[in-house]
Amino acid sequence: MELTTTPNIPAPDSFYAELIRCHEGLSDDESAAFNARLILLLANHIGDPEVLSEAMRKASLD
Amino acid sequence: MPLDDRYRLAFRLYPYARSADQDAAAPVRHPVVVVGGGPIGIATALDLGLQGIPVVVLDDHEGIGQGSRAICFAKRSLEIADRYGCAGPMLDKGVVWNLGKVFYQDRKIYDFNLLPEEGHRFPAFINLQQPYFEKFLVERVREAQADGAPIEIRGKNRVEAVEVRDDHTILTVATPEGDYTILADWLIACDGAGSPLRSMMGLDFEGRVFKDSFLIADIRMLSESFPTERWFWFEPSHKAGASTLLHKQPDDVWRVDFQIGWDVDRAEELKEENVRRRLDAMLGPEVDYELVWSSIYTFQCRRMKAFRHGRVIFAGDAAHQVSPFGARGANSGMQDADNLGWKLGMVIRGEAPDRLLDSYHEERAHGADENILNSTRATDFITPKSKISHVFRNAVLELAERYEFARPLVNSGRLSVPCSYDGLSLTGEDALPGGPARSRPGTPCPDAPLGNGFLLKGLGGGFTILTVDAEAPETVTEDGVTATRRAVSAADDPSGALALRYLGEAEGAVYLIRPDQHVVARWSGYDESALRAALRRACGKE
Ligand SMILES: Cc1cc2nc3c(=O)[nH]c(=O)nc-3n(C[C@H](O)[C@H](O)[C@H](O)COP(=O)(O)OP(=O)(O)OC[C@H]3O[C@@H](n4cnc5c(N)ncnc54)[C@H](O)[C@@H]3O)c2cc1C
Repeated sequence: MELTTTPNIPAPDSFYAELIRCHEGLSDDESAAFNARLILLLANHIGDPEVLSEAMRKASLD
Repeated sequence: MPLDDRYRLAFRLYPYARSADQDAAAPVRHPVVVVGGGPIGIATALDLGLQGIPVVVLDDHEGIGQGSRAICFAKRSLEIADRYGCAGPMLDKGVVWNLGKVFYQDRKIYDFNLLPEEGHRFPAFINLQQPYFEKFLVERVREAQADGAPIEIRGKNRVEAVEVRDDHTILTVATPEGDYTILADWLIACDGAGSPLRSMMGLDFEGRVFKDSFLIADIRMLSESFPTERWFWFEPSHKAGASTLLHKQPDDVWRVDFQIGWDVDRAEELKEENVRRRLDAMLGPEVDYELVWSSIYTFQCRRMKAFRHGRVIFAGDAAHQVSPFGARGANSGMQDADNLGWKLGMVIRGEAPDRLLDSYHEERAHGADENILNSTRATDFITPKSKISHVFRNAVLELAERYEFARPLVNSGRLSVPCSYDGLSLTGEDALPGGPARSRPGTPCPDAPLGNGFLLKGLGGGFTILTVDAEAPETVTEDGVTATRRAVSAADDPSGALALRYLGEAEGAVYLIRPDQHVVARWSGYDESALRAALRRACGKE
């Protein structure tokens, strides 16, 4: 499997708003913890080690 | 320097006795001298002695040290000890556990059952105080000596200086009755993490220090008995430590590890009232216990660049050191002894070239790297090194409480398993299509039931041609080295484990197995020239 880098989220604006809303009222530390939990959940859902490595590389903006 | 003990003894098993070497007109030369009578030195001496090779062990104490060190001995160590003939008492004395609990802050987040695989003579590991493990090894030496094994253990013999020559070393040894000199064709340095020999030879020991200390308390429970489980707390609300581990040992003794930070006043922390304060916070006021032993450790992960320096070979903690999470110290050292014994034996007997011993470094340094990697990962999880690493660690714990997926990410030490020598110099071909991965060339043979016993019993010592529902000659001799056939059939194990572990999808198989029970190569049928080539290769002749 390859990492999908073309648009794949059906309603981008509402996803984005939902993501930001999750952080409302959170301190920086709580936000960081939330993000970590979210990444772990998504990473497990993806599972494929190659896709995960590719995503980590791309996230580093390498 | 006076010959004072650096630690208290649990068992005084080899009191100082004057040796004839001390009165010899000229220094006596020995085939093998082992420096250090810890578990690895004694195991190495046993391996060689049982082959009939004379070996002298020098230790600066008169017995086995007291104190809180290894408690977790893995299956592979027991299998090796079984080859030496002393696993029985270890298994009898050791505690077997399968249940564990993981706590985070003030709550239990999950429990687990290790669900051990059936069809092995030994459990995945046992908990046993290191002094017992060592005592059983020394007792086996005594038994072997009685049967004529040429092993000698000299207590209160401290190596003070070493002079390294091309084909031998010269040792200055201090005793209560003064110094003497001996020569060794081969010197095996098993003198522990602080290896004086390593320093005398000016050799490196590079790696990483973990900026944390651990207070380790062994306690005997006097009140109600605790369950035989492993409990691990991350950031417990009792605050007795940043993390805490509770583990059962024989004799109703429990091991408690408190992670207490880097900048600590050791003397202060080790005062009984302070140790008790932590224990009481964790156990609650109603639990009554007796303090058996406590100590503070800091941990490092490091290894020597080269384990072999000509006629001097390093093994155990002297060669490599890991943090104890995952119990890889003594366990990997036992594999060093297992690996070195047969190779040195063959070289001394002239059956294999000297370069066979280079493969000792190749294989065991590979093992050390794997162990360091694993124990570093566990240490990084237990004591996160950055803020974000701490955030992720706690996120894993939070999720693990609710969702099973996060539990495999929780790392409080991965169980020590032996490494495989895939693709290294001595490892041969895999010509068994459909063969199971777990017995591929390079791996230590997995155990399996066989009739009323087990496969590993009686495997090793020499080279073995293991045939599983296949034909092969009873012996094959190549350049002075004989491999002897052991014929088994999948039908010998109604449970099917033997077939699953050695045949996979194949109908029959021929394995060439080393004296340390690692697979050299395997085929779907007997092929004389392939087997001879593999045998040469495994002896360092290719
Ligand atoms: C807290 C803790 C927990 C651990 N838990 C585990 C575990 O659960 N499982 C595991 O596998 N490992 C564990 N280990 C690691 C284990 O204790 C070591 O790996 C093991 O003791 C190494 O054995 P060794 O024979 O190489 O060295 P040592 O046991 O250190 O023996 C070295 C010997 O050499 C002697 N010596 C030193 N200098 C000289 C000299 N100049 N002349 C003569 N003799 C000398 C010493 O007195 C000693 O007897 C733990 C360690 C610690 C500290």
